[in-house]
Amino acid sequence: MLARVSTFTIDGLEPRHVTVEIDVRLGLPAFTIVGLADRAVRESRDRVHAAILNSGFEFPQKRVTVNMAPAWLRKTGPGFDLAIACAILAVGGHVPAEALERYAVFGELGLGGEIRACRGALAVAEGAACAGIAGLIVPRERALEAALVDGLDVVGASSLRQVTEILRGEEVAPAPEPQAAVVPAPARQPDLVDVRGHANVIETLTIAAAGGHNLLMSGPPGVGKTMLARRLPSILPPLSKTEALEVTRIHSIAGVHRGLGLVGERPFRAPHHLISASALVGGGSVPAPGEASLAHHGVLFLDELSEFPRPALEALRQPLEDGRVAIVRGQRTAIFPTRFMLVGATNPCPCGHAPAPRCRCNENDLARHARRLSGPLLDRIDLVVHVQRPSAEHLAQPPATRSEAVRERVLAARRRQVHRFDGTAALCNAHMDAQLLRRHVDLDEDADIPLVDVYRRGELSARGRDRTLRVARTIADLAGEQRVLREHVVAALGYRHEAADVVGAAA
Amino acid sequence: MAGELAPDPPAKDSETACGDCLARTWLIARLAGSIEIARHQRRRLREILALPNEKLIAGLGGVHATQISDQLERLDFDDLREATDRAGLEAICRHDAAYPARLADLVDAPAVLFVAGGAQRLVAMAGGSLEHGPRAVAVVGTRRASPDGLEVATSLGRGLAAAGVTVVSGMALGVDSAAHGGAVVAGGRTIAVLAGGADVPYPPTKARLYQRIVSDGCVVAELPPGFVARRWCFPARNRIIAALAHTTLVVEAARRSGSLITAEIASDLGRDVGAVPGPVTAWRSAGTNALLRDGATVIRHASDALDLAVGIGCHEPLSQHLPPRLRELLVEVSDGRDTLAALTSAPSEVHATLAGLTELELLGHLRRVAGGRYVVIPP
Repeated sequence: MLARVSTFTIDGLEPRHVTVEIDVRLGLPAFTIVGLADRAVRESRDRVHAAILNSGFEFPQKRVTVNMAPAWLRKTGPGFDLAIACAILAVGGHVPAEALERYAVFGELGLGGEIRACRGALAVAEGAACAGIAGLIVPRERALEAALVDGLDVVGASSLRQVTEILRGEEVAPAPEPQAAVVPAPARQPDLVDVRGHANVIETLTIAAAGGHNLLMSGPPGVGKTMLARRLPSILPPLSKTEALEVTRIHSIAGVHRGLGLVGERPFRAPHHLISASALVGGGSVPAPGEASLAHHGVLFLDELSEFPRPALEALRQPLEDGRVAIVRGQRTAIFPTRFMLVGATNPCPCGHAPAPRCRCNENDLARHARRLSGPLLDRIDLVVHVQRPSAEHLAQPPATRSEAVRERVLAARRRQVHRFDGTAALCNAHMDAQLLRRHVDLDEDADIPLVDVYRRGELSARGRDRTLRVARTIADLAGEQRVLREHVVAALGYRHEAADVVGAAA
Repeated sequence: MAGELAPDPPAKDSETACGDCLARTWLIARLAGSIEIARHQRRRLREILALPNEKLIAGLGGVHATQISDQLERLDFDDLREATDRAGLEAICRHDAAYPARLADLVDAPAVLFVAGGAQRLVAMAGGSLEHGPRAVAVVGTRRASPDGLEVATSLGRGLAAAGVTVVSGMALGVDSAAHGGAVVAGGRTIAVLAGGADVPYPPTKARLYQRIVSDGCVVAELPPGFVARRWCFPARNRIIAALAHTTLVVEAARRSGSLITAEIASDLGRDVGAVPGPVTAWRSAGTNALLRDGATVIRHASDALDLAVGIGCHEPLSQHLPPRLRELLVEVSDGRDTLAALTSAPSEVHATLAGLTELELLGHLRRVAGGRYVVIPP
């Protein structure tokens, strides 16, 4: 006897339609799974066996062969349990085979027949909708997430027995509650209202948020670099529906999605500096998204940037440049989106006190520190801000601003950019390449005098010139100017940086 | 335009060129074509321009001499004055108080100066005699300047203007407009002397620079508004450049460059001449190197120029001439508030402060050092 059930596996971030075929025939009792299954899938034999028996059904005492098609696709994860169990139950007549043509199923089984949540429900739902399947049964906890996909009848189930009832049409499946487009951030985020002093850093964060620029904060330990960086999400514009779906899909697949429905806040990822290159950008024998992808549409905060292993920092180049990373493993290539804002924090020297007299680093230390930071990574950072210990007067002052007020300015600046980049790959000023720079950075006639001046003196590289223009564009956007005026260019030049400016090397 | 910009508009009424001087200007403009031909016949331009009206008509008028005399007799000055007003210019003649007395050193001093940007401003920048009037330096050079030459010209213009010295030049391509550009950046204390009408930006590609010079400085010309320059007008305006300035600096000049004429006139007037040295193999520096060999002063940067123009150690610290906002900022930095963080307490002030710090950096008053600190460069 033969039965077929549709389910999905996640390949990178892509859902792939998998048909679980089952053949039950007379012979010595056996249960084999074929079709490039990984260990978690092969172990599902035991889970499925126990779950069926403990749900009060019979497991056929026959030769059972499970095939998962297409055979060339490597199948991973425990999400096939439910499909295999449904197929066996269909052969045993507990579930009508016609119902299984209407539904795809996805879920992990416990030994007692309960259905456990598994990763990637949103991607699976998208795959099901794409494949033209009418309904999808997912673990109850993941029903809200899967229901974000339109045109799909999503049913959440908590046990194998309940699934059979749904498929038999006995129980009217409780529809998951409709989800509001974007859930407002529920908990109180860290807010700029907590900050005293640091006016220059706040303004730099504003520019970074308004133009999506990568940012490096340099300063001695304990002055508030991390504290300030954590307040960046509070001034970023809210996720759009499309962005939120992308973030939810990635977070769900990576298993870091804690909520129920759509991710409502921009991600803020702050991996520790001992992270490996593949954990940072994605990788593994089965390619999995790394921190860079988890920070997609959000912030990737690298505290103690100079302490990160060199290979990890080098690996960030492609993601920073292309907004995506391709992980190539043998016959498969996974592409993960990585459109994040990089925010780095670093000490100006290994001991952290340069250029103050109490700095104990020698020249070699400083040179090594500069080498770590210099080169390709620093090239992709548009803004460098020096964070200083706030003075006693600044500490005594009332807070300079609130996140809400700053966010208003950021939103206004972003609205100009949305209009500007309509129809191009860029989303914000930071994404402008040479061609877009020429088209959109409309310099006022005398605005390039300071730029040319600094460039002629050799204090600005060609790349540094582009960085300056991008930042000037954002400053002009924040000021509500169509053209980039001289004052904007001059202010942007104040943010220019070469490696020596960041670290304590040159005095 | 000029009327609005003039610092003291009522003064304008008293500063109107007299009829005789306007007639002289009309005559030179009328004879412009003949002067061109006379130059081809190797007659000396300076001598022609120094001739009195009758001799000028007799010498150059040819068959039209009588007709021109008649026209001169019956000239309607109001028409000319009206045209001057319409062009937004002011006309001052050598009998006016606003006329720069230092021009009187020329045997062929222009009868009338047409000024865009206001006569009072001209007085403030180059009025009066050499001894008592404001200091002025001419920065001239080739139109086909090298990038280095342009950079030197810009920084000379900037440094001189920042020190309160007026930068005089001819707004030509290359060195001239770079010098004006530098001065404009440092507050706009600059005078452009044009060969054609003072209301016509020439060369036309420098129209924007023209606007900026008019808004903070002056554009002057000897010939009436709307006059299109002929070849001889360029060496003629060079004599005005040389006479307005205490010192003439040549940045780059080939062997037979117009800027060498300016230097020669300056030298004939007993004014100082300086030149920026260049490689002995560079054609662009052949003229300047020759000037140096003949005794011109070596100019490396604005400070050398100030030593020459104002006197060694006599010039005030450059910062005295900064706009008040930048000067205050410089004082704060030298008082130890030397980081952006220390200088700002509200995010809304950050851009202005950062822009100010960068301006000071560009003007050479500050240097950025490690850790986001700024240090004051001693003058």
